[in-house]
Amino acid sequence: MPGVRTMAATRGSALLDLRVRRKRYHDGANSRVVLRDISVTAGPGQVLALLGQSGAGKTTLLRILLGLDRAFDGSVALPPGRVGVVFQEPRLLPWLTVEQNLRVVLTPDMRQPDLVGLLELVGLSEAAGRHPAALSLGMARRAAVARALAIDPAVLVLDEPFVSLDPRRAGILGGLLRQRAREHGTLVVATMHDVEHAVQIADRVLVLTGDPATLAADLAVPPRNDATAREALLGELLSRFAFLASVEQDDVREIGA
Amino acid sequence: MSGQQPIAPAARRAGRNAPVRLLSLLALILVWWLVAWFAASPQLLPAPNRVFWMLLRLVRSGDLPFDIAVTLARVAAAFVIAMSLGSVIGYFAGRSARLDAVIDPWLTVGLNLPVLVVIVLAYIWIGLNDVAAVIAVALAKTPTVVVTIREGGRAFDAQLDEMAFVYRLNWWRRLRWIALPQLAPYVAAAGRGGLSITWKIVLIVELLGRPNGVGFALNLQFQNFNVAGILAYGLCFAGIMLTLEAFVLQPWERRANAWRANDGRNKGKRLA
Repeated sequence: MPGVRTMAATRGSALLDLRVRRKRYHDGANSRVVLRDISVTAGPGQVLALLGQSGAGKTTLLRILLGLDRAFDGSVALPPGRVGVVFQEPRLLPWLTVEQNLRVVLTPDMRQPDLVGLLELVGLSEAAGRHPAALSLGMARRAAVARALAIDPAVLVLDEPFVSLDPRRAGILGGLLRQRAREHGTLVVATMHDVEHAVQIADRVLVLTGDPATLAADLAVPPRNDATAREALLGELLSRFAFLASVEQDDVREIGA
Repeated sequence: MSGQQPIAPAARRAGRNAPVRLLSLLALILVWWLVAWFAASPQLLPAPNRVFWMLLRLVRSGDLPFDIAVTLARVAAAFVIAMSLGSVIGYFAGRSARLDAVIDPWLTVGLNLPVLVVIVLAYIWIGLNDVAAVIAVALAKTPTVVVTIREGGRAFDAQLDEMAFVYRLNWWRRLRWIALPQLAPYVAAAGRGGLSITWKIVLIVELLGRPNGVGFALNLQFQNFNVAGILAYGLCFAGIMLTLEAFVLQPWERRANAWRANDGRNKGKRLA
């Protein structure tokens, strides 16, 4: 049964209601179930960190959420608001400048954002007039973040947003996502590799693991002023999911400006 | 929004090679002169100066400008129809496998049908008029435009389509900012190749069934065995077409390809 994606209001105060009973991948005559019995509901102003090994199905789950993959058994409900996305690849239009890439996603009915301020926020104020070919991968990804923020999204979906960012930039982006959630009520859903990073910025940590992958954990992160409880959560996650201890160092590469 | 594109290296190379091209052209005229001098038969192969004087005479009489204007109008009409029709069909065929399966056998027939057959049938079915002439040329050219644009449609970046879907870009924004820039290099290639074929077909159409135009005039000069006149008409019209290609179509093609060249270099870029 194909997935059902509705833009109708979700139950109660939830912004997102995602239910995946089964997702298969077909390879010729063979088919393999990759996701099973996953259910996620989330409200405005939350930051959800989705953790899992490479190939666990995190990106597949995000694609289902975004409506890019409808061949699954289940349903997705999103509000009739705006959805911003930062894919693993920046997906900027190479024939337009950075600023023009931001303008393309803005429609006349939207509140027109301060693009200069947005680019300054992601450290790209000097690059507004450059084409993507003149940017490093890290800069291009930051431009993609600015594009997603430009539409003032109700839901912001990010696939490995911290990959290719140096620790300082990753810290700034993490703070920015939290700020968006708190001040604009944006629901942020981000896949990540680094469990410590996830505990630092998220309100909930979801762990996807197994074959087929299921939601093995959906844990609330204690408040920021409760360091002991946060440490305990980190310890619990690391002890339950050994793979979280080995962050792929390749993904935390430092980039030049 | 207007994106400033960097100048492609191909444009700089073309600029540097301009003197070489000019010298090559002068060498060709010199060879022609020498062959004409050795042949010593102005009726069979007139020297360049005789052709030049013939050209001046035809210009002064008003025949050549009129015939060229008529032919250019036919070329323009057929070119616009073939490019418009071919681009729309090619785009949708490139984007839809099912439509491609429907269109493909038609294309095979269209590509393999001799141009002469299309022209003759158009004259028989529509009549010996300009509508038939233009339609015949457009129909003969459209399949090659479809094939080129279809390749462009097939080469679309699916990731950008997904981006457009998530950001709910309307059809106009998708066309203007995502589809057309990706299609532009293919449209430019189809246009450049198309013009050179279109004007040659127009000459045949005029030769077979029109009372004016360069094709008709060439036939007239042939009847009078006026080789200087044939060369004057042929070279003048070819010169206009080559000028159009060099100063309109080639720069357009370079501009349409500029982002691809830069993007290609970027894809090989490593994190610094």
